[in-house]
Amino acid sequence: MNAHIEKVRSRGASMRARWDSMPRQVRWVALLALIVFLYLLPNRWFYINLWYFRTMESDMATVLFETAFFVLLAVGLNVVVGFAGLLDLGYFGFFAVGAYTVALLTSPESRFDIGWPWLAAVPAAVAVTMISGVILGGPTLRLRGDYLAIVTLGFAEMIRLYASRNEGIANGQRGIPQIPHPVPDVKGSDGQSLFGVVDARPYYWLTLTIIIFVILGVRNLTRSRVGRAWVAIREDEDAAQIMGVPTFKYKLWAFAIGAAVGGLSGALFAGKQSFINSDSFQLTNSILVLAAVILGGAGNIYGAVIGAFITWYLPEWVRGIGGALGLEINVAEYRILIFGAVLIVMMIFRPQGILPNRRRAAEFADRRQEAAPTEAST
Amino acid sequence: MDFDGLLRDFPDLTTTGLAQGAIYALVALGYTLVYGVLRLINFAHSEVFMIGTVAALGTWQALGYNQNSSVGGIGLILLLLLAGLAAAVVASTLTAVAVERVAYRPLRRRNAPPLAFLITAIGASFVLFEAVGLFSDNLHIGGERAPFGMVTVIKPENVISVGGWDITNTQILVILSAIGMLIALDTFVNRSRLGRGIRAVAQDPDTAALMGVNKDRVILLVFVIGGIMAGAAALLWNVAYTFSRFDVGFLIGLKAFSAAVLGGIGNLRGALLGGLLLGVVENYAAGLFGGDWKDFTGFVVLIVLLMFRPTGLLGESLGRARA
Repeated sequence: MNAHIEKVRSRGASMRARWDSMPRQVRWVALLALIVFLYLLPNRWFYINLWYFRTMESDMATVLFETAFFVLLAVGLNVVVGFAGLLDLGYFGFFAVGAYTVALLTSPESRFDIGWPWLAAVPAAVAVTMISGVILGGPTLRLRGDYLAIVTLGFAEMIRLYASRNEGIANGQRGIPQIPHPVPDVKGSDGQSLFGVVDARPYYWLTLTIIIFVILGVRNLTRSRVGRAWVAIREDEDAAQIMGVPTFKYKLWAFAIGAAVGGLSGALFAGKQSFINSDSFQLTNSILVLAAVILGGAGNIYGAVIGAFITWYLPEWVRGIGGALGLEINVAEYRILIFGAVLIVMMIFRPQGILPNRRRAAEFADRRQEAAPTEAST
Repeated sequence: MDFDGLLRDFPDLTTTGLAQGAIYALVALGYTLVYGVLRLINFAHSEVFMIGTVAALGTWQALGYNQNSSVGGIGLILLLLLAGLAAAVVASTLTAVAVERVAYRPLRRRNAPPLAFLITAIGASFVLFEAVGLFSDNLHIGGERAPFGMVTVIKPENVISVGGWDITNTQILVILSAIGMLIALDTFVNRSRLGRGIRAVAQDPDTAALMGVNKDRVILLVFVIGGIMAGAAALLWNVAYTFSRFDVGFLIGLKAFSAAVLGGIGNLRGALLGGLLLGVVENYAAGLFGGDWKDFTGFVVLIVLLMFRPTGLLGESLGRARA
């Protein structure tokens, strides 16, 4: 009777088992090699040889930065959707809150005009987003999950609507210019500030470093008491409550942590673009991040990374390949259409994602078996 | 805060609010019915409404009218209204049924967790919305994602003026048709055999199935009714607001959902009450704080309501209605 579940487990587990059975040193060396590769990737002398991997039509370093940035968003959303099982559709709202906090605190053009350096504004941005997450989550997390989805969706849209008003502190379409770049004191080899306008590489490296730290933090968190509480809530909230898990508290934690990562990415975005306006925060982006997490495998950090990579890097890469073949394939234009459909298809045929979290895959298989015992046994 | 403005424009704000609220109520019915039966928020319902507005407009354009043409004569107006209504209702219903068939039914078969339904609903919503958005790009109607040029079927005129209360013909049309449709639907659900099936499945799906109610058919019926109501709302929206764009459904959907929760989601009469109330409150808020804040009101109402009375004003009661 458990054959089906076993099959699901083994499919996901075989690769993992092979990885786990390798000697510790080999695993470390492999991981280190991957990280070094990722750091080298935006250098022209390096990627020019990887003709099958690079993007042809657009600047590789810029695409890599955008991808990394998107990966960071996906890792943050994965905490909320994947681990705690809360559907947060207003993720870009938190992103916007983070970006605007940085802009208001640092830009000489903002209404406050206090001109903090970028680095000082980042913790403030993270704190403000976390607080806004708690304010939003407080009333809604006590209720059924579907209310949370629609309230967060509304939240993101309201932030955008507010930002697009001309009288507000966000300056509407005119936006907030002259946001300083990160750490101007660090000089590159040419004596200019390392974080400039033209070169996207430093931003990529910065984002990559942040991603590594966030992944380490989230990974440790999921293996702690908090992470176990999240899984318990995701699987059966009532049961978890009965067993003494303070569900509301941990749901709020997941929500706030997800919001904080969103705010951090917003701060990064503001520092890179040095200009933001209300058009920077389209609602559709929230859905792209969600699609990335679901596609990759909610509940698995590396799944979210892969999903984000596919959602952002692949369309650019395909465009490059099309360009090389003399075709104009602009997949990026159809991104929302494609990944909206991906959400539907994945939920029906592979709800656990490409790189599933083992336990979550088993949950889906369990439920499916409950629904149709005859179908599953064949 | 502009209390004088609110008092001065009070009659005007009230009538506009009621007309807007009537449309919210019609859309809210779709949310409320599906929620009552399946315990599912059908996110794609806003897109069902949007497709309706586009279909009605497309029919008018196919008949040779555009944003510049003037429509005169009662017979012609009636013809256009009926053609638009038929197109909107058919398109909306087909969309609603397609979403249920393609997105929700396979998940029910697999006994998927509630989160999966929400994610599919969001996916379906974005596929529909983006498809129409890309379509409007290809029409080259001035700028990326520009609104469609809308036909003005009925010119708004004041037909009733009593003591400072001016009511236009479009407002009367919208409010009366919405109330009429709600009464018809309420009677259908409470008195007909099919309606009894809907209530039975809402109350207890398994027992209803044992009693010989075809669950799948009831669910289909619920989506069809939601689609019809959204189609009618779409036509009324076209007539009263003469505006349609690929994302027109989004805010209306959000507000209609708030209206459904306000009245008590799953409760048909609650949807009417919630819709009208939300429309009026929203317009008063616009009078008080300025038009920019109008769209915030629905959202604030939703949050406050969820904090203090999540079951809504009339309670969630499709299943618990009298037998």
